[in-house]
Amino acid sequence: MINDNCVNCPAHNLSNLKKLGIDMSSFDYVVALAGNPNTGKSTVFNYLTGLKQHTGNWPGKTVTRAEGGFEYNGKKFKLVDLPGTYSLLSTSVDEEVARDFILFGQPDVTVIVIDATRVERNLNLVLQILEITDRVVICLNLMDEARRNKIEVDARTLSKELGVPVVPTAARQGEGMNELLKYIYEVATGAYVCKPYRIKSRSKELNEAIDKLSKEIQQEFPNLPNTRWVALRLLEGDQNIINAIRNGELGNLNVQKIVELQEA
Amino acid sequence: MEKILDQREKIISEANKFRWELGENLHDILMENIYENAAEIAKKAVKYPDKEIAFSFDRTLDKILTSKYLGFPLMFIMLGVVFWLTIQGSNYPSGLLSNLLVDTIHPVLRSFAANIGFPWWLSGVLIDGAYLSMAWVVSVMLPPMAIFFPLYTLLEDFGYLPRVAFNMDPLYKKVGAHGRQALTMAMGFGCNAAGVIATRVIDSPRERLIAIITNNFSLCNGRWPTQILIATVFIGSAVPAYLAGIVSAAAVVFIAVLGIIFSLLVSWFLSRSLLKGEASAFSLELPPYRPPRVLQTLYTSLIDRTIFVLWRAVVFSVPAGMLIWLVANVTIDGVSLANHFIQYVNPIAFVFGLNGVIFLAYIIAIPANEIVIPTILMLTVANLGIQGVGAGSGVMFELESSADVAAILQAGGWTILTGINLMLFSLLHNPCSTTIFTIYKETRSWKWTLVSTFLPIAMGLTITFFVTQIWRLVTN
Repeated sequence: MINDNCVNCPAHNLSNLKKLGIDMSSFDYVVALAGNPNTGKSTVFNYLTGLKQHTGNWPGKTVTRAEGGFEYNGKKFKLVDLPGTYSLLSTSVDEEVARDFILFGQPDVTVIVIDATRVERNLNLVLQILEITDRVVICLNLMDEARRNKIEVDARTLSKELGVPVVPTAARQGEGMNELLKYIYEVATGAYVCKPYRIKSRSKELNEAIDKLSKEIQQEFPNLPNTRWVALRLLEGDQNIINAIRNGELGNLNVQKIVELQEA
Repeated sequence: MEKILDQREKIISEANKFRWELGENLHDILMENIYENAAEIAKKAVKYPDKEIAFSFDRTLDKILTSKYLGFPLMFIMLGVVFWLTIQGSNYPSGLLSNLLVDTIHPVLRSFAANIGFPWWLSGVLIDGAYLSMAWVVSVMLPPMAIFFPLYTLLEDFGYLPRVAFNMDPLYKKVGAHGRQALTMAMGFGCNAAGVIATRVIDSPRERLIAIITNNFSLCNGRWPTQILIATVFIGSAVPAYLAGIVSAAAVVFIAVLGIIFSLLVSWFLSRSLLKGEASAFSLELPPYRPPRVLQTLYTSLIDRTIFVLWRAVVFSVPAGMLIWLVANVTIDGVSLANHFIQYVNPIAFVFGLNGVIFLAYIIAIPANEIVIPTILMLTVANLGIQGVGAGSGVMFELESSADVAAILQAGGWTILTGINLMLFSLLHNPCSTTIFTIYKETRSWKWTLVSTFLPIAMGLTITFFVTQIWRLVTN
């Protein structure tokens, strides 16, 4: 009984964290780290991997992907630090890196780091990512700054609304990192099943169009995850996606992209 | 096959049909939906304080740092203080290091080589060439970098750089460039190759190219030591001693600001000629000020930047040192290769207020700007055949203080005009080979790589030409 409690307590589990630095041989899970610029993604990254990637207090510090590894509860995780983005709908190179990795790299877990003092604006990105992938853990970072500014964020309500775990943290002080690890582990292993929030549109026509198109895309390209997102891009007239459907590349896109991303 | 194609075309045409029905502003509707949803969720989960106490400190500070009148003066002052501390703080440790590496270890190595019977040319190439150039680079560069980078990183961690970008943004917009170029320019003050990579944050290809081409106008860390040393030797010594530190720092700030002005001018020129277009809008987020974690900053800036840059300089200085030794010692008709070149180029260089040694040094130092000064000093000594300094021709020698540098350069015929022109040319010349390669990798275009390489040289020669001609007119 006591034993059980210990295992469930995150404090016990932190001793199970092994920072592997850049040693990423034979990892079990891939974890992507996404979020708005300047929310502390690189700080979280450094904390978990033990690497000392330079962090800077300015948006756009990370323009390429950085990778590192850690081991937790006997499982090896590869952590990929993505460039900060405000949205997945624009066209700059750094945002494409982030979008393509979440879309085609198919990480086992995507950790979205959000700024507790700017929750509403950060949620815009969260909602877009939840359209693409189910397996998300939200790291509600900079809680220390929120407290300093007397902003109260209710992580449990947020978690209930979004349907994914929300962990309050202050990564610079290491606060909440145990719990973050615990949830990354649970979502990765499937112990925690997310029920992600889907963007609700008041437009019935839009909803119907998305449903219908995504079903057809699913039939044509059965391996493709996130058909809802592809349908949405199609409706927006994204020429890349139209071409990819026309020449059938969309079906291979997964495999191809993964290879490309690994080489990049 | 036919059937598959039909199926795909069907999906596409269906999407087109839906798009017509849904109307053109689908993207806006979608974004609105996302914003509405986000606002709804946030309302349930977040409670803001009743009174407007949030961020009051940040706002006050922002009002000062980004104010219309105080913003720029404060920026120059802060830059000036950083350089002043660097100049003042690095002279003494530089002397110590050169004592150790050059005065103490070098003779030991030489006698060791003589004892085990190295031929003269081998100990020349290895010890007088490779080792000495490396020792020189370490003793000249390590102290200023170990002071400059942590200070710079502290400012960065505190959140000051985005404010610089904010101040600069209207200027960049006016010249038709992207406001984020201010950020990549600030990155370039650390390293131009890093600055070029950082331009990925700019989404319009036109504006990104402008940012790449003009990044070289940010003085990189390989050029700071050149600027600082030459300013100390020529500008600082031209004023009373108690003003020397401040005036030298001001001269370096002036060159840095000149670089910013050139980046604006060239951006303006490009966006009106080769890269025509309007500036696109963007939002620049001013992050909250954060108390810098001093110890960690010291650690990361020492490891990530100081050691990294120093290592690069050392790696390039070894083959360069060998090359210098060779061109100074291989002779044709009794005259060294270096001297042949220098004599040949001197008359041309004279027009620009420079000299053949400087031109040769800039060719040898293409891989790394860091080794320009060591190369210049060594070549000057070799060219003059100065005796009693160092250990003979082609040897990079010890220099106790900047006064010794001054003595050697003056013996080489340098005047304050040469110093000024070298500072200008150091600002305006080709990027180092790493940066050139990075530009090619980022643009995938030889044309723009060549433009980025030769445009600054052309500008540098033009500027030094006019400065020299006007100077000679005025002083004669």
